[in-house]
Formats: sequence, C-alpha cells, structure tokens
Amino acid sequence: MHTQFTAEELAFREEVRAFYKEAHTPELVERFSNPATMKDAIIEWQRKLYDQGWVAPNWPKEYGGTGWTDTQRFIFDSERSAAGARGVIPFGLSMVAPVIYTFGNEEQKARFLPRILKSEDWWCQGYSEPGAGSDLAALKTRAVRDGDDYIVNGAKIWTTYAQYADWIFCLVRTSTEGKRQEGISFLLIDMTTPGIKVNPIHSIDNHHSLNEVEFNDVRVPVANRIGEENKGWTYAKALLAHERTGIAGVADSKRNLANLKKRAAAEVNGGRSLLSDPLFQKRLSDVEIELMALEFTELRVLATVASGGAPGAESSMLKIKGTEIQQALQELNMDLAAYYQGVLPTDLNAEQLGHEFGSDARQSFMYGRAATIYGGSNEVQKNIIAKAVLGL
Amino acid sequence: MNFDFTEEQNMLRDSVARFVQDDYNWDKRCAIAASEEGMSAENWQTFAELGWLSVPFAEEYGGFGGSAIDVMVLMEQFGKGLVLEPYLATVILFGGLLQKVGSEEQRNTLIPQIIEGGLQGAYAYLERQSRHELADVTTTASAGANGHVLNGEKVVVFNGMGADQFIVSARTSGEQNDEAGVSLFLVAAADVQRAGYQMMDGQRVANIVLKDAPGVLLGEEGAALPVMEDIAQDANLALCAEALGIMEKLNATTLEYTKTREQFGVTIGSFQALQHRMVETFMAYEQTRSMVYRALCALTNGEEDATTAMHALKVLVNRNGRLIFGEAIQMHGGMGLTDELDVGHYAKRLMMINTSFGDGDYHQTQFNERVYN
Ligand SMILES: Cc1cc2nc3c(=O)[nH]c(=O)nc-3n(C[C@H](O)[C@H](O)[C@H](O)COP(=O)(O)OP(=O)(O)OC[C@H]3O[C@@H](n4cnc5c(N)ncnc54)[C@H](O)[C@@H]3O)c2cc1C
Repeated sequence: MHTQFTAEELAFREEVRAFYKEAHTPELVERFSNPATMKDAIIEWQRKLYDQGWVAPNWPKEYGGTGWTDTQRFIFDSERSAAGARGVIPFGLSMVAPVIYTFGNEEQKARFLPRILKSEDWWCQGYSEPGAGSDLAALKTRAVRDGDDYIVNGAKIWTTYAQYADWIFCLVRTSTEGKRQEGISFLLIDMTTPGIKVNPIHSIDNHHSLNEVEFNDVRVPVANRIGEENKGWTYAKALLAHERTGIAGVADSKRNLANLKKRAAAEVNGGRSLLSDPLFQKRLSDVEIELMALEFTELRVLATVASGGAPGAESSMLKIKGTEIQQALQELNMDLAAYYQGVLPTDLNAEQLGHEFGSDARQSFMYGRAATIYGGSNEVQKNIIAKAVLGL
Repeated sequence: MNFDFTEEQNMLRDSVARFVQDDYNWDKRCAIAASEEGMSAENWQTFAELGWLSVPFAEEYGGFGGSAIDVMVLMEQFGKGLVLEPYLATVILFGGLLQKVGSEEQRNTLIPQIIEGGLQGAYAYLERQSRHELADVTTTASAGANGHVLNGEKVVVFNGMGADQFIVSARTSGEQNDEAGVSLFLVAAADVQRAGYQMMDGQRVANIVLKDAPGVLLGEEGAALPVMEDIAQDANLALCAEALGIMEKLNATTLEYTKTREQFGVTIGSFQALQHRMVETFMAYEQTRSMVYRALCALTNGEEDATTAMHALKVLVNRNGRLIFGEAIQMHGGMGLTDELDVGHYAKRLMMINTSFGDGDYHQTQFNERVYN
C-alpha cells in the first residue's frame, strides 16, 4: 500500500498543472457555456489537447495514446478537475475508439482513429430506443443486407449531441432468431447519409443536448460494420464498462465540494455563515465523508485493473456512489443559491441580478438528475452487483 | 375527531378542480408560461368572477371570510394544475398584509379592487444578501415633509413586473439585522425601477430599485417584523398546500407510468425494487397531508404550538418533496428529463416552494430553537 507520488510523478503534475493554466483560458470557458459557440470551442479545446499529445490517455500508445501509467492518468484527471477544465466529449475518444481499436479491422482503424484523435469527426452514441432503455437488447432498429450495404430503418432516442454529430455508432438488429443479444450488430453510420433525420428533445435543464434520430431506408456500407455480424452486443458490452469507470467523477466532485465550501463561507444568514451552520455542516460532511471513501474505492478498483484484473461489477459501485455524491452536491449548491436557485438565463448581468451562480446551480441540478439514469441506471447497476458480486 | 371539509369547502375544491381540469390543461398552461406576462388576464377575471380572489378577505371588505382551511383547499388544487397566476403574490401576500395592518381606509379602497381582479400587488421583502432572514433589511425609509421616501433594492419579487403596487419592507431605525426598526410601506409601481426575469417554475419576478421612492406607511412604524413573520406563515401554509397537490399529482403520474412502461418483457412496476420506493413516496405524501392538517388545526384553533407545527410542516414538505420528485424523474428514465413531460415542471415548482419563505434547513433550525432550547 502506498499513495505517495514519486519525484517524477510530482514533476509530471507540475507540467500538467502549467498546461491547464495556460491552455484552458477564461475565453474558452465563456464560449463553452454559450450554446451558439459551444461546439467550436470544444473542438478547439480538444485540438489543444491533441497538439500536446494528451487527448487520449486511455488509448494504447500505438494508436496515439500517451502510454501513461495509471498514476499519471490519475494525476492528469485530478489536475484537469482542479483547474476547472472540461474533459473531452466521450463519444468518440472514450467510447467508440476503444471498440474500433479492439474489434475493428486495419482499414477501419486507419480511417477513423486519426480523425477522432484530431476531433475532425464528432461522434454520437445510438444505442437507446423508445422501447429499449434499461433493456437494451430489446432494440428494434433493423439493418437488412442488400448487396454491399445494409438498409437501416428505425429510431434511436436520447442521442446526446446528435445535432452536432458527423458520425453515429449504432447497435442495430441484424437477426431476429435465437437469443436477442445474438442478433445485434455494431454499425458506424455517416450522419449525412440520406434518410437520417435528427429531431431535438428539449430537456428540463432548458438546454438542447438530447435528440431522436430517425432512420428511413438509410444505406450503410457493410464495410462500416465493426467485427462480425450479430456480435455487436459483445463489443458494446466491453464499451459500457469504459463508460462506467469515468462516471464516478471523483475529481470533479472534489472540486465542486471545495467550491461549495467557499460559497458556504460567503453566504450569510442572519449574521451566521452557512459554513458554520450546524445543519449545513452536517449535510456537507455527510457528502464529504462518502467522497473521501469513494476516492479510495476508485483507487482500489484502479489497482485491481493495473494488476491485470478487469473492472467488473466494481465499476457499478463507482457509478452508483459517484452519482449519488454528485447529486447531493448539486442539491447543496441549490440551497446555497436560496431564492436565486430558479433563475433562468437572463439579459441581466450578475451585478444587476444580485447573484453569481443561481442559474448554473439550476442547470447542473436539473441536468444532474440524468446521471443516475444514463450509462445504465443506478437500479440496473444494483441488479448487476446483486447478481455478479453477491450471487443473488 | 373529524377531518371532513364543510359543504362550502367541498364546493370550492370542486370548482377549482374543474377549472384546472377543463380550462388549464397542460398545453394551455405551457402557453401561459411562455407568454410575455407569464399569466393570463382572462383567467384572473375568471378567478374574480368565481369568487376565488375574495377567499381570505373579511366580509366587511366584500370578502368570503374564509379561513386558512379554505385557502388550503384552493391552493392544493392550484398545485395540481401548476397554476401560474399570481394568487400568492396578490391575494395572500399583498392583500393579506393590507388586511393585517392596513388602515381602515387602505383596506376599504384596495381590498375590493383586489377582489374584483382590478389590482395586482406584490410584496417586496427579499434583498440580495438577506437569504431567509426576515430582519436582514438594508433598504431605508426616512420621514420627510411629504411622508416617507425609500432607498434601496429588493430582489426576486414575485409578480414584480405585473404589480400595480408594492408593499415594501424598509428600515426606519436600527441596524441591518435588528428585529426592531423595520416598517412596511405601500409604494406605487410607477415610483420604482424594475428589471424582470423568469424563474424555472414559470414565475415572473423582478428586482426593484427604490430611489427616493415615496412610500405610505402601513401599520406601526418600526414594528413590522411580527407582521412579516405572520405573513410568511400564511404564505408557507398556502405553499405547502400547493406542494401537497403537486406531490399527489407526481405520485399518480409515476404510478401510472410504472404500470404501463415495459422493459424486460414486464411492466417496470412489477420490480420489487421500484415497488418499495413507490410505497415510500406514497407514505411521504400521506405524512405530508397529515402535517398540513396538524398545522391547520393548530392555526385555526389558535394553539400555542402552531408556529412549531408550521416549521415542522415546511421541513417535511422540503424533505418529502425532494424524495417524491426525485423518484418521479428517476422512474421515468430518460422521459423524466424531457421538458415536454410535466414531471420536471412539478419538480421545479417544489424546489421553488422549498426556497420561498425559508427553506427546509431554515425551518428546522427554527424548530430546534423552539423545541430544544
Ligand atoms: C441525459 C441523458 C443522456 C443520454 N444520452 C444517451 C446517448 O447519447 N446515447 C444513448 O444511446 N442513450 C443515451 N441515454 C439513454 C439512457 O441510456 C437511458 O435513458 C437509460 O438506459 C434508461 O432507459 P430508459 O430511459 O428507457 O428508462 P427505462 O429503462 O424505461 O427505466 C425506467 C425506470 O425503471 C427502472 N428500471 C428498469 N429496469 C429495471 C429493473 N430490472 N429493476 C429495477 N428498476 C428498473 C430504471 O432504473 C428507471 O428508473 C441518455 C439518457 C439521458 C437521460
């Protein structure tokens, strides 16, 4: 057991810290928060990471990864969070790329991976359907062979940022025989293909990130299928595990907690700051203590992975605890904003409004409800633990 | 022991329920929320014609002479429809304060105008730094040759853009958090600068700036704090009744959804993991209703622990409200995140109710002070 950083690791930390300080400019942050400029700003940010060689720490070195140790990755993420910097959009870099380099052929790797690294293609994830959410294997979007193409018909839903996407990776049904899981294939589909329609879904945080994607006789070359026909479920499952490890969000929660404390010290009710209020202290420390433990739970899971184990059902625990903590912090933030917690974006500036963070608190609180739903809902995660860990 | 409502209360409830059902469907409600004013003048007139604007006012001013129970009956139904019209701001707060401390002349001229639907009012008491502390007042009022003039700023004033007149809290003596020295003033909308914005529950609010704004003293100078506490209690009772209607609606919607949504070849309501949680939300709702009744009984019988019961009620509404809307969204899965579904809107209103007139923590602190210290 050791948790001390070596001298090299400390030097690495300084390097990362300096990079974030310089590259993640306030000007970028400003543009991230405006829907009209967000996409370009994100691409610009991801290119800076690419230029630095740090955009894909989770990839193998041969495809453009960093070749870092787990500790370095941990430091990198902690520093990102401490700097208040945003992570990369996961759909290309963290979700589809591992499937492509693990299960794709050479041609697919050469065609897609460099463009993902350089953020030249924006990807979205087309898994969920109106009738297939927690029960993903119920998906019905059909892909029927026609010569060298598949003809795809159906609809995907909750597709995050489909409105920006150049490509979508989809699970489609290629067979209705046998077990449901054994009739699913993994397709990469160009969003400009005729027959694709993206319909916006507005969400309770007053933003537009969700969409429905319709497919009407969409021709997709068979060459865009990853791996074998009807084996898509296996590839997707490998990918879901990737989605779950990041989801604990320990580093971000630590930063949010630190911010909350600052705010709580500044918010005064009847002459007493909220940070010194016994009830608020109790709620804050309840979360902080869980987070202290979760940080080490995550390190323990990482250690298992480092020594060759797979992040199995343990990553479900990271997801459940991580998202519960995120939501508790968002809720405390709302209470800190008091009656300003409901403010919608307005033309008034913070000085005219009399408040700095009410609208942000609202937005992250409302969107934050999704964290226990997406990436496999917390109920589904509990079912996994019950079955796989407890043997129930 | 009898928790039945009177014949009149049943009629009031049915008439509001019918209005919500027939004339305030979800599409109409959304159209009103999206409109410039955030309310419907036509609906307001309907409220006047149906006598709803007169409920809490004494008969001598043309009112219905209703009790806290009548208000509760009405607000609960408003909650089910997420009614946006500024009943709380104009009738409960502005009208309520007039009735409590207005002069005979002020009551005689203004209350009938409210009842007819011709006068919109607002209560401006929050300041940017005050949080939930009523005595935290920095706006000042000084007496001059032609009455008082007010200087300062009030924020998040409900119905602040729609109001014709404001009742404003201001300091006539003492320091920022002193209990003594706060007074209430009637101020005309034309005499303040206002900047409007919108809250997540559809409410239109405003910040108002007072620069030598003329104000007419309402009630006794320097002694407004007990009145402000009193009106906060009335407001909280109305809001908690509204919350009760919201909780009932959310539970019903969610229960219905879990009975129809299928995953893994069965309805999700068949999963015991969800069943137990729906039992929890059901019990949370029943407990909240009991606490509303308890507070109402204590208030209408003038019992000594009425204030304690009111603090307890606000604590429970906060806790159970969060539980109920949290589960409602969660059990709807992705659907729960959509703006199109009403669930999120009910959730937002519950959050705003919680933070209005003292949040859960504030009232729990007050409860602790009263009961344990
Ligand atoms: C903000 C957001 C972004 C998303 N982005 C994407 C995306 O980019 N791409 C994509 O493909 N999908 C995306 N999703 C979809 C997400 O993966 C699904 O919402 C999720 O899988 C749940 O499915 P559902 O919404 O159909 O809910 P349902 O599966 O209908 O679940 C409803 C409720 O029932 C519970 N439940 C279901 N089964 C069980 C069970 N066996 N035991 C106990 N409880 C159960 C669930 O936990 C939930 O509480 C996103 C969702 C959200 C909210």
